[in-house]
Amino acid sequence: MASPIEQFQIKTIIPGVGFSNSSLFMVATVAVVVGGLLLATSRRAVVPGRAQSVAEMLHDFVAGTLRDATGSEGMKFFPFVFSLFMFVLTANMLGMIPGFFTVTSHIIVTFALAMLVIGTVVVYGFMTHGTHFLGLFVPSGVPGWLLPFITIIEVISFLSRPISLSLRLFANMLAGHIALKVFGGFVVSLASAGVGFALLSPLPLLMAVALTALEFLVAFLQAYVFTVLTCIYLNDALHPGH
Amino acid sequence: MADPTGRDEGTGRKPASSGEADLSARLKSLDAKLDQAGARRAETEEPRTRSTSDPGAIGRAFRLSAEFVSGVIAGGIVGYIVDQLAGTRPWGLIICLILGFCAGMLNLMRAAGLAKPARYDADQR
Repeated sequence: MASPIEQFQIKTIIPGVGFSNSSLFMVATVAVVVGGLLLATSRRAVVPGRAQSVAEMLHDFVAGTLRDATGSEGMKFFPFVFSLFMFVLTANMLGMIPGFFTVTSHIIVTFALAMLVIGTVVVYGFMTHGTHFLGLFVPSGVPGWLLPFITIIEVISFLSRPISLSLRLFANMLAGHIALKVFGGFVVSLASAGVGFALLSPLPLLMAVALTALEFLVAFLQAYVFTVLTCIYLNDALHPGH
Repeated sequence: MADPTGRDEGTGRKPASSGEADLSARLKSLDAKLDQAGARRAETEEPRTRSTSDPGAIGRAFRLSAEFVSGVIAGGIVGYIVDQLAGTRPWGLIICLILGFCAGMLNLMRAAGLAKPARYDADQR
């Protein structure tokens, strides 16, 4: 029986350039997103077909989320947010196919995505608001002697955002895939443990089926949560300190 | 708000008794309408504020634990960097870990909706 964490191993496919199975699935994710959207929008019918209406739904979904969180001036970030959402969603969904590698189950990948978000927030915040952006760390209505402490805590709280953003996506994907693998392993080891135990083996199988459904939900939900939090953080860069 | 003018230009001045009955009836219906609108708003607002966090207990647990742990980790990293730069070997790490613990608690209470959101979170709606 395979170890439950064997699925997360990085194997180099092309030595020299360091092209691993993780890179392969990142390229595959981008290819699926770009190819799928190009194919879906190639006809551009007034009355959308099936594929086109899915593409339009995804667009409207992300656009609505972004507009809710940041208002209409946040729409200049739409390409960024939409790419992020599509990448995370597609990577999560590709990971649900048995035997495929889950890109987002590695914290370095999700951390890179989160740093991209926070980097955008910080750079854009300083570009448009200058030092006024730092007012974000000084809460109002705090007694004077407490202000330095609160400011330091707010700074640490801000620094913890990329960590919590990446940790959440990573932990969800990792835990879900390990749980699936463990229950799948139970089925095999129970079935091969003798007649009495073999009768019990459908029970973890049922659990694995239920977990698979849950994992599809989590895969979508985490992509959505990642997008929502991105929008909320971008909102800070657009309107710091109201 | 446009009601008084409408009444006046219709039939001039109404008799006091009927006007009072009219007014109280209108007040009652207004109250009922306000209650309805309030209830509807409460219905639509409540899931909206909740939906920024994940629905479902597991999602919530993951979100809250990530918020807290990330505060402590961020504090630890800041403390380590401060120690490296200033050469105050154990003290930066100790103090920043404690502050990171506070920041994690703050994150946690904000995520759970117990603490007032910071100004930069104020208009996340």
